[in-house]
Amino acid sequence: MHYYEKKDLADFPNIGEWTSEEAQKFFDYYTKATGDGKLSEREKTLIALAVAATQNCPYCIDAYTNKCLSLGVDKEEMMEVFHVGAAMMAGITLAHSTQMRKIVKKKEL
Amino acid sequence: MDAHEQLSVLDTSCLQKFVDTLAVNGQYPLKAAGVDVLQMNICRKCNLFCKHCHVEAGPHRTEMMSKSLLEKCLDILRNNAISTIDITGGAPEINPYLEWFLDNASQLKRRLIVRSNLTLLLEDSYRHFIDSYVRNNVEIVTSLPHYKAEGTDKQRGKCAFATIIEVIKKLNARGYGKENSGLVLNLVHNPTGFYLPGSQPALAREYKSRLLKDHGVYFNDLFCITNMPVGRYLEHLQKTDSLSDYMTELVNAFNSAAAENVMCKNTLSVSYDGQLYDCDFNQMLELPTETNAHLDDFDIGTLSHRRIVLANHCYGCTAGSGSSCQGSTEKSEK
Repeated sequence: MHYYEKKDLADFPNIGEWTSEEAQKFFDYYTKATGDGKLSEREKTLIALAVAATQNCPYCIDAYTNKCLSLGVDKEEMMEVFHVGAAMMAGITLAHSTQMRKIVKKKEL
Repeated sequence: MDAHEQLSVLDTSCLQKFVDTLAVNGQYPLKAAGVDVLQMNICRKCNLFCKHCHVEAGPHRTEMMSKSLLEKCLDILRNNAISTIDITGGAPEINPYLEWFLDNASQLKRRLIVRSNLTLLLEDSYRHFIDSYVRNNVEIVTSLPHYKAEGTDKQRGKCAFATIIEVIKKLNARGYGKENSGLVLNLVHNPTGFYLPGSQPALAREYKSRLLKDHGVYFNDLFCITNMPVGRYLEHLQKTDSLSDYMTELVNAFNSAAAENVMCKNTLSVSYDGQLYDCDFNQMLELPTETNAHLDDFDIGTLSHRRIVLANHCYGCTAGSGSSCQGSTEKSEK
């Protein structure tokens, strides 16, 4: 037994088990937000994969890797997505050094 | 694996039988609603040996429809209002009577489809088929699993992609794939691994822009077809220990709307020996029509209302947006 199990991904549609109205509203929103719009479904799927990677969500990585494959995205493209995620996370981390540097500078004699 | 073994593997790989899923949704029994398409599998021999092939076609196969059975098909088509003639294989061009058949079938003024792998059409002894296809206004359907060489070659064999693109260029030069030319070239996408195809319109957009930009070729429509757990693909699923995951994915993706539009409701499949089946997949699994019908006792009245023979591989046609020889079956997809 692990905290994360692959088969649990199939349970995602059941998150409305005790709050069906909220869940339905969420799924309607989720479907609309990730479907074809001004951005194509393919573009949105790549964005979702990047978010899944940076949030370390194994369910989302599984789901969106499969969706990428389904939409013809190749492995080099998917790896580039992970580098975008990695670069963003590194950039976000380093950008926050501003806070650290500001505090340090204020504390210095 | 013979047909019996395949059915047995499919039987034990699903928690819920396909017929039970249909019953739960009030869709059992599934019955035909006419015969609009006569799909003729005229030979199992093929120059390619594709990993996903449910026919398990290849250069070693010998099954071939005879001229007398092809004549029988023409008679049946002449005497019945069947709107589409859909010729498949193997590589149909290998049947020595294909050109003769097309010249005769085109006179019936039906929609005439040949599912060609195209790769033979560069060879001296087969290149004349391009003239035959143009002359008889044949709609060509060809499988191109991916718009890049790597995915396609992995599945269809080394250099398949480059050869197919070269032939598509020749077909484009003759008017195929060009809007309003009357010559239709449709491509088939099927996943190059163990997953389901994505949205047909999204993939069609990607194929159109990539193939035009990278290779200067064009086509009419893209059909997305789910790989069926039958034949060589089933063996790959088993060998890689992926069968259970794949079947679970198919079962979880069951779509009752797609089940309403499955192709067996209006298609009849003929094998090289004249035996009739509800579809090409049932043909390969040796599951003949309910009444074990043959071309010799063709009765469109009975066949139009027959009960479809089902097994667990049928989940392949009802998953997601649905799958058929004409691509997705869910009406909203178009």
